[in-house]
Amino acid sequence: MGEDTDTRKINHSFLRDHSYVTEADIISTVEFNHTGELLATGDKGGRVVIFQREPESKNAAHSQGEYDVYSTFQSHEPEFDYLKSLEIEEKINKIKWLPQQNAAHSLLSTNDKTIKLWKITERDKRPEGYNLKDEEGKLKDLSTVTSLQVPVLKPMDLMVEVSPRRVFANGHTYHINSISVNSDCETYMSADDLRINLWHLAITDRSFNIVDIKPANMEDLTEVITASEFHPHHCNLFVYSSSKGSLRLCDMRAAALCDKHSKLFEEPEDPSNRSFFSEIISSVSDVKFSHSGRYMLTRDYLTVKVWDLNMEARPIETYQVHDYLRSKLCSLYENDCIFDKFECAWNGSDSVIMTGAYNNFFRMFDRNTKRDVTLEASRESSKPRAVLKPRRVCVGGKRRRDDISVDSLDFTKKILHTAWHPAENIIAIAATNNLYIFQDKVNSEMH
Amino acid sequence: MMLSKGLKRKREEEQEKETLAADAWWLDPSLPAAAQAPPAAASSSLFDLSVLKLHHSLRQGEPDLRHLVLVVNTLRRIQASMAPEPTLPPVPSPPAAPCVADSLLASSDAALSASMASLLEDLSHIEGLSQAPQPLVDEGPPGRPTGGSPASLGALDLLGPATGCLLDDELEGLFEDIDTSMYDSELWAPVSEGLKPGPEDGPGKEEALELDEAELDYLLDVLVGTQALERPPGPGR
Repeated sequence: MGEDTDTRKINHSFLRDHSYVTEADIISTVEFNHTGELLATGDKGGRVVIFQREPESKNAAHSQGEYDVYSTFQSHEPEFDYLKSLEIEEKINKIKWLPQQNAAHSLLSTNDKTIKLWKITERDKRPEGYNLKDEEGKLKDLSTVTSLQVPVLKPMDLMVEVSPRRVFANGHTYHINSISVNSDCETYMSADDLRINLWHLAITDRSFNIVDIKPANMEDLTEVITASEFHPHHCNLFVYSSSKGSLRLCDMRAAALCDKHSKLFEEPEDPSNRSFFSEIISSVSDVKFSHSGRYMLTRDYLTVKVWDLNMEARPIETYQVHDYLRSKLCSLYENDCIFDKFECAWNGSDSVIMTGAYNNFFRMFDRNTKRDVTLEASRESSKPRAVLKPRRVCVGGKRRRDDISVDSLDFTKKILHTAWHPAENIIAIAATNNLYIFQDKVNSEMH
Repeated sequence: MMLSKGLKRKREEEQEKETLAADAWWLDPSLPAAAQAPPAAASSSLFDLSVLKLHHSLRQGEPDLRHLVLVVNTLRRIQASMAPEPTLPPVPSPPAAPCVADSLLASSDAALSASMASLLEDLSHIEGLSQAPQPLVDEGPPGRPTGGSPASLGALDLLGPATGCLLDDELEGLFEDIDTSMYDSELWAPVSEGLKPGPEDGPGKEEALELDEAELDYLLDVLVGTQALERPPGPGR
């Protein structure tokens, strides 16, 4: 596609800002909040780390809008289900931010079984001058108190406090793969392999089941839910994807149980590409509405596809992420890589889409110019503040100097989780246990 | 599972070699996939690999449902493509597979295990149905493979791994720690009849090495039942 020709038109002038090495654990989810000021990551050890963007200051040229650690907390702990004699992993599968309604920030984090609502508040003042307590908090001897004083608030070092506000437990028999906050800011949904539940943010002891695809006989099970999301503007609409590559758009106004979809988006199988692995590679691993709400982006094993909500028959755009793997499907099946679930992301103006791949590569596709680029997230190949160099995978034939051959790709280095700032050209890439944040300093505005 | 561990490790290496070889030569990227039907050996090794994955998945305390469903569906596709293949010997005995599957599933979710067991039975029935009516090819007495093609026997071996074991020479070593004193003297008589050898077992003893399918099943049932009793419950993961 576009890699042989001039790639200047696509925005790939990203600079490497920082890389945060979370030595202990593998990052399992990355999410910007609605303003992009905060970036949350969840890891396999059940921890959540929140980064905050420093306000741009003219004094220090190098710390313009960089992300620093804001808060770290343990969201989930490993649990043991005594009834089934099974351990429930503490790995954070998804984090979703709630829209900010007051000074505090809130987010939802989930592992396989339990969703938690966390409130993040700042404390930068404290009261001083109590009548009954002294500076250290000890009770004063009343005989020494001769006059009354009014305590005053004095500034203190910023303290970020995180507290669990709600725990939404026991809603799921199977493993939760997605959560999505509704545009009404009152409800959210959680999806596992076979069911989707609707919760009210203030009520933890009950939820409504809105999708149930569990067959009466488990023998008849041939399809599972892989991802789901609420429409960004229409609070009654949501979409869920399946392991067979289909998308179902559901309307909650139509019925209490949304087993009948309003729209079914499915691309017929290409007979010339048919193989034993056709179904596996068509399984949708992620679905994201565009910011406009007009389109959906899906990721399957080899491609990313853009769907128009008004056209169910086929996607309007298909981009090849790593088509050179099509002839390697057998080995990828054997080593289970074919089951890897990659995420995808839109940029703020819905003009560029991004997704991860192997060898710490990630790909961007410009929908307007149809150019695409492959970039690498690794410390070895990019120095801080250096412009990322486009990479190329060669499949045989003419090979350029810095090309990587397909056979030397490292399949253990997978970029499954990526996020794009809602307004600016800033991206967060999780490469195993490293987080990379790239900023486009040259072209900050979205186009 | 003591007996399947060693067997599976050996097979996994073989699978790797076979599948990597399969990758290289049966799919020519320059030709559309539909034009190339993979040879029986490649399908068979993919089949084995899929059954391996299925068993491995089912052995997890809480299997990844998506992985499981995708593997099962792929297995069905492979089976469907293998069905018209005439050189495969008819399946020895469908009930053997679910018995082994049952023991593997003993620690899984009850509903899931029951369903997957019947699913595997279903798969082996499909296999049986597609194999049994072979009007053009007479394979001789059903069940006992007559030497011919060891490569294709591999596919059926894994559908019931213990069945494969019993046809192996390593039988003695694998069963060393199981007390078989009940059966040693009276190999093929039902347990309820006791240990006294009778005249009808004379020919049985002479044919001791020639295992009848029904007797194989019975022995397998008993052994698997014994193992299930002996194996202590433990955490799923």
